[in-house]
Amino acid sequence: MHHEVWIPAVHRDLTGGVETVQVAGDTVGQLIDELDRRFPGMKARLCQGERVRPHIAVVVNGVISTRGARQRLTEPSEIHFVPAMSGGAVDGRMTR
Amino acid sequence: MAMKENGHKNGYRVIGTRPIRPDGVDKVTGRAVFGADLHLPGLLYGKVLRSPHAHARILSIDTSAAEALPGVKAVITAADLPQVADKVKSLGESVGNLRYMSENTLAREKALYHGHPIAAVAAENIHVAEEAVNLIEVEYEPLPVVLDGREAMQPGAPILIQGLRTDELGKLGSEPTNVAAHIQHKRGDVEAGFAEADVIIEREFRTETVHQGYIEPQNGVALWNDDGHIHIWCSTQGAFAVRSQISDLLRAPISQVTVTPLEIGGAFGGKINVYLEPLAALLSRKAGHRPVKMTMTRAEVLKASGPTSGSWIRVRMGAKKDGRITAAQAELVYEAGGFPGSPVGAGAGVILAPYRLDNLQIDGYDVLVNRPKASAYRAPGGTNAAYAAEAVADELAEALGMDPIDFRLINAVKEGDRRADGPMLPRIGYIETLQAIKNHPHYRQPLEGPHRGRGVAVGFWFNWGGKSSVSASVNEDGTVNLVEGSTDIGGSRASIAMQLAETLGIAAEDVHPQVVGTDLVGYNDVTGGSRTTYGTGYAVHALGVKLNEIMRELAADLWDVDVEEVRVEGGVFSAGDRSITFKELVAQGSDTPITASAATHPKDAGPAFAVHCVDVEVDPETGKVTILRYTAAQDVGTAIHPSYVEGQIQGAVAQGVGWGLNEEYIYDEEGHLLNASLLDYRMPTAPDLPMIDAVLVEEAPTPGHPFGVRGVGEVSIIPPPAALANAIHRATGVRMTALPMSPSRVMKAMIEH
Repeated sequence: MHHEVWIPAVHRDLTGGVETVQVAGDTVGQLIDELDRRFPGMKARLCQGERVRPHIAVVVNGVISTRGARQRLTEPSEIHFVPAMSGGAVDGRMTR
Repeated sequence: MAMKENGHKNGYRVIGTRPIRPDGVDKVTGRAVFGADLHLPGLLYGKVLRSPHAHARILSIDTSAAEALPGVKAVITAADLPQVADKVKSLGESVGNLRYMSENTLAREKALYHGHPIAAVAAENIHVAEEAVNLIEVEYEPLPVVLDGREAMQPGAPILIQGLRTDELGKLGSEPTNVAAHIQHKRGDVEAGFAEADVIIEREFRTETVHQGYIEPQNGVALWNDDGHIHIWCSTQGAFAVRSQISDLLRAPISQVTVTPLEIGGAFGGKINVYLEPLAALLSRKAGHRPVKMTMTRAEVLKASGPTSGSWIRVRMGAKKDGRITAAQAELVYEAGGFPGSPVGAGAGVILAPYRLDNLQIDGYDVLVNRPKASAYRAPGGTNAAYAAEAVADELAEALGMDPIDFRLINAVKEGDRRADGPMLPRIGYIETLQAIKNHPHYRQPLEGPHRGRGVAVGFWFNWGGKSSVSASVNEDGTVNLVEGSTDIGGSRASIAMQLAETLGIAAEDVHPQVVGTDLVGYNDVTGGSRTTYGTGYAVHALGVKLNEIMRELAADLWDVDVEEVRVEGGVFSAGDRSITFKELVAQGSDTPITASAATHPKDAGPAFAVHCVDVEVDPETGKVTILRYTAAQDVGTAIHPSYVEGQIQGAVAQGVGWGLNEEYIYDEEGHLLNASLLDYRMPTAPDLPMIDAVLVEEAPTPGHPFGVRGVGEVSIIPPPAALANAIHRATGVRMTALPMSPSRVMKAMIEH
């Protein structure tokens, strides 16, 4: 099943400026793996290990997923990665 | 559908009525128990020592003299607080890194703002505690201070946190910086869009740090018992968020933490993060497991709780002669305070949200400065953003010779259009809300007289669903005891009880709601993000459906029929020609108690829009702005209790007016807050405001919600400063590009004009 993934503006340096791509997968995690195969380095930006970074929200068909990479995709979907806001502050950033 | 008792167009009996709030009598008679009212046996009183410097290295802390003072039972510093690692933690309406939350609770190596907690004392009474705090000797190395976000971004600016690197949605920078995050939304071709425009307006804006201004200061009582159990009583937007923070910050098992919320005297986003509670708990343990009470003074609230960000914003917008916007660009610099976490992400989402745009770029920066760590404030980040964008939109409409409402109607987003950050909008009632103002007698009546002007502005807010748990038991007389965990700040006991009553077909007065602590109900997210009437309403509807199923079984047993034969509508159970009301059925008795519980997590909260219109008169000799008339229309979905929806809108406008005209944190060059009192931090009072006419637009019930509820608590704080700025422009000819638009600033602008 193919899905339309919107590449965040700050990560379009990895896609040569491409804004949206069609990606196959049954879960968001599989989509990220496929994105990383086509655009190396994408997974490291979106994930810590196998989990989507805590300050990134996955939006599937307009609804914020609480399952992150484990979110199953049961129909062709539109996927966005946006800053997690929880209704307010952008988040607390990690230091190195 | 036939009209029912209250004439609501959707046939509701309870929803849309205005019953008396369940907590009303206790509130107006002074019987409601707030944190300051709580007294426990053996109670000690705590006090915090705060940094006199806005930026300083802490070289040493000597607590010996304080500990030796008679009556002192415990003194703590950051050495008593467990070290916690980096971990991002969601608190509902705000998100934070635990390590920073710990260092904001008690400074370790550096003080990052004037008022940063350094140590705390517990003593037999508050006077001894205050004396003891003054005996603590701290050796500081003062460091250069940076208070302005754009200055903090410059090379060579003092670095607040050495390990910080700029995070661009997972892409980390390599150099030390005060820029914690850069957010970007980009779509289409912005420069091509501007090339297509007939008119382009570009302006820069500045807003100051402002505080939520809740009347009740932060307070809390903690008992760290001998058995290791920690009990917290406090004023909070979410008992479970407090439990979680206490557990993480003190490294205590969550099962060993109980939080009991007391009544709350305002919050507006500022009572999600803990400040005093972990200190009181540590002091309790160190003082031999005696309970410790801590309360902030007003000065402490202003200096060292969580105001919202000051900001610098640039907006550029271009349009064709027909009014269609061809491109828009915005840059937002939000001051996070001493630790990362400004609401710039939300600001970046709000700033162009009302406009249908093919070509856009938004860049947002979360920047550390030596001010208190920002926390949520009613539609966090939205008011700053809309102030800038709505002033530019107004100027663009004026340059095109268009009515400002018509200009927005031409460009208004609707269902299926994309937000700036990409996702498509669901059903919204924005256009209907614009039309509500356009057709309102206020807007249709010309404003006459010298030095007078009318301004309009619009606002968008995301809204949020969140997790809720509720339970209920049916009493023998057919009334229902409802147990919930959502802090009631703006009348949600009533709005939640009404939705259960509607589901059960009984009177609102027959539901008795009670807000309880973490041991007595399932998990609940905070009351924030305009979520409670929506999200907890979802839960009580599910609860009511379960109770109705139990009642159908009772009716089936009573009539000796299959349960499938029993129908229920509006509180009347029927099978064939037999029928019985909810109360009558309960009176028949039940072998087992009638109870149920429900937990829900709706994720499809619909966003809200507001459209405001204000008339002002500007005194040409003083610059004072007097509000003559204010009308606020809002897309509210379904108004459960219209009085409380109107109250939310009016309260939000009042706060927005304060933000727009008077409120600001004033610092000296060394970063000392100079106006830490309500005498000098000027919030609006009743004489400053006219009657605020709230127009409830109920044309777009939120899809998915059983009653179409749309969150209403926040969005109306967004338009006021912009609406006022636009009105001031029409009254005086000047465009005010900095908040607050105080008399001195307006006067200066008029002189320079």
